[in-house]
Amino acid sequence: MSEIRNFTMNFGPQHPAAHGVLRLILELNGETVERADPHVGLLHRATEKLAESKPYNQSIGYMDRLDYVSMMCNEHAYVLAIEQLMGIEAPRRAQYIRTMFDEITRILNHLMWLGSNALDLGAMSVFLYAFRERENLMDCYEAVSGARMHATYYRPGGVYRDLPDKMPKVAESRWRKGKDLERMNKWREGSLLDFLDQFTEDFYTKVDDYETLLTDNRIWKQRTVGIGAVSPERALQLGFTGPMLRGSGVAWDLRKKRAYAAYDQMNFDIPVGSNGDCYDRYLVRIEEMRQSTHIIRQCVDWLRANPGPVMLRNFKISPPTREEMKDDMEAMIHHFKLFTEGYCVPAGETYASVEAPKGEFGCYMVSDGANKPFRVHLRAPGFAHLSAMNEMAQGHMLADIAALIATQDIVFGEIDR
Amino acid sequence: MSAFSPHLQGLADELERWLGQKIEQLTEHRGQLSLMVSPDHWFEVALQLRDEPGLAFEQLSDLCGVDYLGYGDDEWETAEATGEGFSRGVDALGPGRFDWSQRPEADAVPNRFAVVAHLLSIKHNKRLRIQCFAPAEDLPVVPSLVEVWSSANWYEREVFDLFGVVFEGHPDLRRILTDYGFIGHPFRKDFPLIGNVTVRYDEQKERVVYEPVEIEPRVLVPRVIREDSRYVDEKLESKAVKEGHPES
Repeated sequence: MSEIRNFTMNFGPQHPAAHGVLRLILELNGETVERADPHVGLLHRATEKLAESKPYNQSIGYMDRLDYVSMMCNEHAYVLAIEQLMGIEAPRRAQYIRTMFDEITRILNHLMWLGSNALDLGAMSVFLYAFRERENLMDCYEAVSGARMHATYYRPGGVYRDLPDKMPKVAESRWRKGKDLERMNKWREGSLLDFLDQFTEDFYTKVDDYETLLTDNRIWKQRTVGIGAVSPERALQLGFTGPMLRGSGVAWDLRKKRAYAAYDQMNFDIPVGSNGDCYDRYLVRIEEMRQSTHIIRQCVDWLRANPGPVMLRNFKISPPTREEMKDDMEAMIHHFKLFTEGYCVPAGETYASVEAPKGEFGCYMVSDGANKPFRVHLRAPGFAHLSAMNEMAQGHMLADIAALIATQDIVFGEIDR
Repeated sequence: MSAFSPHLQGLADELERWLGQKIEQLTEHRGQLSLMVSPDHWFEVALQLRDEPGLAFEQLSDLCGVDYLGYGDDEWETAEATGEGFSRGVDALGPGRFDWSQRPEADAVPNRFAVVAHLLSIKHNKRLRIQCFAPAEDLPVVPSLVEVWSSANWYEREVFDLFGVVFEGHPDLRRILTDYGFIGHPFRKDFPLIGNVTVRYDEQKERVVYEPVEIEPRVLVPRVIREDSRYVDEKLESKAVKEGHPES
């Protein structure tokens, strides 16, 4: 009889279930995983070092490209760090807009996660439904910022501009015409807030639809129940945050416990799992989508009733308007200095964090008083989650690796930075 | 010890009580507590921070390195006017201004590399930043915290990779973000922003080849430090309060 040895296998970096560029070295005993060694860094762009060579505002766009499915939450942490160092606070209305867009981002992220997770485990149709709703939310991104994904919408001192009065409509084309076009434009008659109002009212039924496809699905449960179970103690030790931590039964959410923006005014619940397996984390994220929808609706109501400024009127930080520049020399100078040099941030250090869809997204910033940060460090939730891959994968079958990568909600933009 | 804001006073008292002499410096800035520890006590303090019930920092949220070389240097004279043009702001030596062959020889700077960790206590809903400076500049060594918090594992690998800080007692100190066979530690301030080598696929050789970078180092906006009068006033005020004679 021939000698039986363990088998080392290379999973990725080009693999449809690797969610990007993950290279995973697996040591297999038959089909059982003995050891998993993730090799990351294939998407390393040195965002933190690039930020050191640019004025503060020029790096906001880089933040979108970290976790490229939850763009505005990354901006939020970065902008918050600058605001803390400068000792400024965005106006009330900007805080509500940020809250609303953070939650839109959460739904965007969870839909992406739901679709790709289901696809990895063999359920095709959920993916298509999830992307249908994502499209509508990306239109909201486009309506406020002009970009569907990389918005650069949050700025120190507020948000770049107020919400538009008119939601842009879908134009007629060879592919979009007749009844199809009518259906797409049905919600787009009014403002962005009207659109969101109708979207969120309808979205509850959409979440129910996803649940009918998966929650009691026998195959789905076989692939997720009991897979990758993590105890609450280990979850804390391993640096888990967000749904990964709450799936293990720890009721910790920065939006509640260390409220920022307008979250202290919001009424919502934190869903918590009990077994800490892939199925619980799935349930937590599904419920989070419903809670996010609640929050968006509350924000829409408040924003309708309370017009006001969305940006601090401090020309050292935010540019004056075009009209002011036409006949005010000082406004002109402010504009020029702001766009050629930026603003100087007082020396000091701070750590600002937000509850991003994947977990705690933090920004540690050191300033020496210059117009560029001395050091920026970005705490990406996925980095800590992926580092636990070895522990979570041990003893599972090869096919479960796809379920584990999916449940960790891995995005390499933020892990490799 | 100076007084802290009300929401931090309790934690500061607990830290004093448990750590005592091991505290090198305990400061508050922007509503956050920062604890400076010497590397000799780094591991011990971490263990206490996790295990003492009054502290109970169950989670290490984040750990990163900072290279303090060139802290406070600017490239643009702001105190007085000169007759020179814009080029005076572009001649300086920030990481974006030189390439690999011209990289400056870093002087031995005391307290150059710092390791900074952010801790979270879920029990008390408190955060704390702890930091220590690596002692030797040519080979900075700091004890590893992997045995205290498992999440330190990859964070320490990252700091080793990007800054070259060695963590004593780390079970698996390999590079993590950079390429296999990478030379240098890219986040050090004396490492050029444009890097050293580029990679491309060579059709003749039918393999990936490494070549020196072709792009020119270029940074458009000079680094400026302006002593803004608003912040200067603030500083003076807080200094006056500390010294016990507030403004009349």
